[in-house]
Amino acid sequence: MKTIIKNCRVFNSDKSVIYIDDGRFADEFSENEADEVIDAKGATVLPGLVDMHVHFREPGYEYKETIATGSAAAAKGGFTSVCTMPNTFPVCDNAAVVSGILKKAEQAGLVRVYPIGAAGKGLESEELAEIGLMKEAGIVAVSNDGKPIATSGFMRKVLEYSADFDIPVLNHEEDPTISGGAMNEGEVSTSIGIRGCPTAAEDIMIARDIILSEYLNIPVHICHVSTKGGLRMIREAKARGVKVTCETCPHYFTLTDSSCENYDTNFKMHPPLRSEEDRLAVIEAIKDGTVDCIVTDHAPHHQDDKEVEFSHALNGIVGLESSFALCYTYLVKPGIITMERLMDLMCYNPSSILKLGRGGMDKGDDADLTLMDLENEFVFEKDKMLTKGRNTPFDGWKLYGETMLTMMKGKKTYEKLC
Amino acid sequence: MGLKSKDLLGMKQLTPEEIMEILDTAKTMKLVISSANKKTSHLQGKSVVTLFYENSTRTRLSFELASKYMGSASANISATGSSVAKGESLLDTARTIDSMGTDIIIMRHPQSGAPHSIADKLKASIVNAGDGMNEHPTQALLDMLTMYERFDKFEGKNIAICGDIYHSRVVRSNAIGLAKLGAKVSVYGPRTMMPIGIEKMGVRVASSVEDCVKDADAVMGLRVQLERMKSSLFPSVAEYAKFYAITPEALKLAKPDAFLMHPGPCNHGVELPTAVYDCEQSVINEQVTNGVAVRMAVLYLLMARRNNL
Ligand SMILES: [Zn+2]
Repeated sequence: MKTIIKNCRVFNSDKSVIYIDDGRFADEFSENEADEVIDAKGATVLPGLVDMHVHFREPGYEYKETIATGSAAAAKGGFTSVCTMPNTFPVCDNAAVVSGILKKAEQAGLVRVYPIGAAGKGLESEELAEIGLMKEAGIVAVSNDGKPIATSGFMRKVLEYSADFDIPVLNHEEDPTISGGAMNEGEVSTSIGIRGCPTAAEDIMIARDIILSEYLNIPVHICHVSTKGGLRMIREAKARGVKVTCETCPHYFTLTDSSCENYDTNFKMHPPLRSEEDRLAVIEAIKDGTVDCIVTDHAPHHQDDKEVEFSHALNGIVGLESSFALCYTYLVKPGIITMERLMDLMCYNPSSILKLGRGGMDKGDDADLTLMDLENEFVFEKDKMLTKGRNTPFDGWKLYGETMLTMMKGKKTYEKLC
Repeated sequence: MGLKSKDLLGMKQLTPEEIMEILDTAKTMKLVISSANKKTSHLQGKSVVTLFYENSTRTRLSFELASKYMGSASANISATGSSVAKGESLLDTARTIDSMGTDIIIMRHPQSGAPHSIADKLKASIVNAGDGMNEHPTQALLDMLTMYERFDKFEGKNIAICGDIYHSRVVRSNAIGLAKLGAKVSVYGPRTMMPIGIEKMGVRVASSVEDCVKDADAVMGLRVQLERMKSSLFPSVAEYAKFYAITPEALKLAKPDAFLMHPGPCNHGVELPTAVYDCEQSVINEQVTNGVAVRMAVLYLLMARRNNL
């Protein structure tokens, strides 16, 4: 199978045509030899995006999302690789569940799925999960995401044991003894009478993990940072040479807790939307390199889990189909960061932290790519999403960066029908 | 005449003019309550349902009497002994009540924002009778009516509120409503029960009961829930009574004609010494009467809005 994409701009290159042969980037060949010639109409070819933090809900919660529907959403968002968090039912804390996820992902065939295993059995902070056996089955990291690794003692064991297998540890940062609210604690939570979750809950855990990482000299990756204080500590730790990396999400630089004023549960997630001061700090940290990755924390929920009282609603929003456009519109277009930096955040850095080996666009590399229209504004509509979830706060937003086409190993995984 | 919105969700949603209209109407309604024949036809042919997900004696009774005095058909639903207990969602329950032709649903719910989350989806008017820690607008309105009967304007008046500020929807509604009419609210309570950022709501956080009450035109005590001790918000009743109660000595620091309010039910000897509860300045029993009057006014004005449409 030979494919040509012509009339395109190519990221980090002056080429205007891409040649794909047998699923790999190839040298030039003639249009006559091609099985398909795609006219990109001036759109931009980017390396396939990598999202190291998604929730696909299968096994166990297929009514929210399946691996197949999540994969379709990923492809539509321009992603060719995603890492799935282990808070499924049963929990992905053993090799059998890992194998099951990989099998389903292969059947769907729309995105590379790299499972993340639980750090503790049952996502508890009591006994280590079988990290070695799960690595053999295919995990690329461990995390108890959804929950923090609750005690310092257990976190130390997870870091040490995972290091034996060269498996990165990703931690959801939240001190449960001071957390417990349904939104950010501050003037908005006080005004609308919702119990708040303080930034201190996140900052205390980030501080602990930096201390352990430095003490043990073992890398740690901080999930979805939302606070000014957390980012400041990560920045300082990096400057000292601590092996700490971190991620944030598009909602933390586009939204604040004032969006919760009308109790709309599509603005409820964990960590919660913070203050304007935190939002600006997230942008600053994206700009200065403190943030390594932008992830979606894609968390589909059924409407029955969201159309309820604010405090009862489950945490999380979907994100795969809006992430790139939000990043492009709010970070690259206004000139806060370059497209090169965005590709570090959305492709190269997550790939290197988890050693996925993705993002290559040289001859012989797997043709994982996405074609983005960066010129024309489009309206993001929730009813056009491919995820089963409808829990997005971005319905109706006008954005730039609509996906035209996504290919994984030269195979079309998404194509916008014109 | 009438309210702008279909619902009364909170003081946040009312304009100063609407608040004054409710208070003026309530003054008229109070005449009905004190008359021998407590009957008007303001809600004739209307149906009113109270939907309470939390126990309440006085608020519920107050609403029931208000709607009965005005001639409405009324029914009551409690969270226990109904489909609510069988796990039906709030929205489904509310839609069912709505479909039966209900004009007004009076709702109390332990979750903040619960009435807001259903109001737009129903034809009936929703009256918030207390949602979680958010608002209790008719309580604030009855408190304000009690004040309004004693001073002709709110502007520049000092209102002191002492107690568990964090969990109190009464404080939130009063702070918002009083600020809209130009009064100055001071609050005081244990720091463990003082929500972060409360100053941003336009209230002053005092440094002691005395500081809070000093020069006040009206003083309000709040019920402290004794189970808060278990969550380490205060150590004991004795300690609370000693450091946070409104004592007779503290009350002397208020303006000479100041009066004392409490939304009830009161823990005697905890937030208020019994001597204070029963003191000359106490208007606590009158607040109860005013509660019925204010609720009559609210129900009437919500229906008057409909007739205007
Ligand atoms: Zn998380």
